[in-house]
Amino acid sequence: MFAILKRELKAYFTSLIAYIVIAVFLVISGYFFYTNLVMFVMWVGSDVKTGLWQYTFQDMRFILLLLLPLLTMRLFAEEKKLGTIELLFTNPLRDSEILFGKYLACLAVFVLMLVLTVLYPILLAIVYNVDIGPVAAGYAGLFLLGAAFIACGIFISSLTENQIVAAIATMGVLVFFWFIDWNEGIAGEKAMVVLHQFSLFEHFFNFTRGVIETEDIVYYLSLIAFFLFLTQRSMESRKWRGLA
Amino acid sequence: MSSTINTIEVEHLTKFYGSARGVIDVSFSVARGEIMGFLGPNGSGKTTTMRILTCFFPQTSGTARICGFDTVQDPLEVRRRIGYLPESVPLYLEMPVFSYLRFFAEVKGIPRAKRRAKVDEVIQRCGIDSVACRLIGKLSKGYRQRVGIAQSLLHDPDVLILDEPTIGLDPKQIIDIRNLIKSLGGKQTVILSTHILPEVSMTCDRVIIIHEGRLVAVDTPANLIKHLQEVPTVLIKAEGRARDIMDALSKVPGVLSVKEASSAYDVTGFHVETQKEGSLINELARTVCDGGWKLREIRPVDMTLEEIFIKLVTRE
Repeated sequence: MFAILKRELKAYFTSLIAYIVIAVFLVISGYFFYTNLVMFVMWVGSDVKTGLWQYTFQDMRFILLLLLPLLTMRLFAEEKKLGTIELLFTNPLRDSEILFGKYLACLAVFVLMLVLTVLYPILLAIVYNVDIGPVAAGYAGLFLLGAAFIACGIFISSLTENQIVAAIATMGVLVFFWFIDWNEGIAGEKAMVVLHQFSLFEHFFNFTRGVIETEDIVYYLSLIAFFLFLTQRSMESRKWRGLA
Repeated sequence: MSSTINTIEVEHLTKFYGSARGVIDVSFSVARGEIMGFLGPNGSGKTTTMRILTCFFPQTSGTARICGFDTVQDPLEVRRRIGYLPESVPLYLEMPVFSYLRFFAEVKGIPRAKRRAKVDEVIQRCGIDSVACRLIGKLSKGYRQRVGIAQSLLHDPDVLILDEPTIGLDPKQIIDIRNLIKSLGGKQTVILSTHILPEVSMTCDRVIIIHEGRLVAVDTPANLIKHLQEVPTVLIKAEGRARDIMDALSKVPGVLSVKEASSAYDVTGFHVETQKEGSLINELARTVCDGGWKLREIRPVDMTLEEIFIKLVTRE
């Protein structure tokens, strides 16, 4: 599995894609942080401690939703297109080793992105007394959110040979999970309660407020497990599929 | 795990892709150290059989065993013992050659201490020393094919499965690859598929002919020729008036027919079909010389593998 992990990381950083995604993410996140900070500074009386981070992390989720699919799109789609998937499946590798090697590699790139943004709270800490708690909680939430996005992305990448299709479909699925509880008009009260539980971002808000709830952690871990399970089934499908 | 007499055993292998047929009831075995050729037109089931043997996907019914390990029940054990080069020679284009080989060395379970040595060894053997540091994407087709073969050789597998290893190469490269394959036989068992007929007679100990998913013949090239060649034929090239030469040759006892086969300038070629018993070459040569014509060439003509193939295939 580590062989795959190392190779994927090398592949990310030999091609431009990782650099561009990280760069774009940092630029936009930096911008969010800056504008939010300015807003809070201007409006004295707002609680900078939690409010700032709340808004910043919530803004970051949008760019993650758009950028992470660009990292995941190549994970399986490229192998299928190149034909190298045939090599992976005929070498002494378990399907799970291939899957986790790729997943963890993408996760590592994502963690790198997040770590680079720790610069913001550090900078702020120089001039202001920053409470670590809410910041840490926010990062925890962002990490889980991203990990779920990546799991979804790797699954969809395993369904197609076309990277662009994989990226767009991933964005589509993630957006669907985001909007899943917006239909207050049509769905009834009881249905809304259930749908709320499925919404991607419902579970994220607690983290941004500095609150870590077990229920939210379980949601994200379940989602990750669900998509990774589906990916493994997708890999297995070659065994019973019609045309190879 | 049954004891193995044969390295590769395939019994009643059948594969259907939905309703499309892959292979139907294919059975054969390959002994240790043999080089087995897989011959058949495109779409006949060669690649399907190889993919089943390499555990890429399982068969619909039947069994396939490599070194005693079943491809469905012990795929990991099978994969550890095989080296496979798919027809499309898939490669990671953004990696340099040595990096690519090191990755697969790790994947194939070569211990870290030996990896470097193994990679170097295989680079030497496949003649890719000069391009070892280059990006695969920048290599020519011939070199890419060699990198692919190098990947399959890394862990000294018991069985090598090569799908059309010489396709698209220039004549010199083809000779190099064939020599490489021949040097493997004896220690390692090789299955290679091709639709280039001369390649089979040149490199393989035995050949399997497959057509529309079914096995048509399994034998050594020589045996196939012997069993299927119905009438011994002799090729004679002589200088002189064709009609006269033909008449003279027809009169030789034991000759069944004389046909004009080719003509270039003054030299005409004849295919002389003779009875099975007795080689009439001496008689025929003497006839030509006695008649005053210049004898240019005389030799027995074997059925080519091409003709055998077509004969076997049209019999079905």
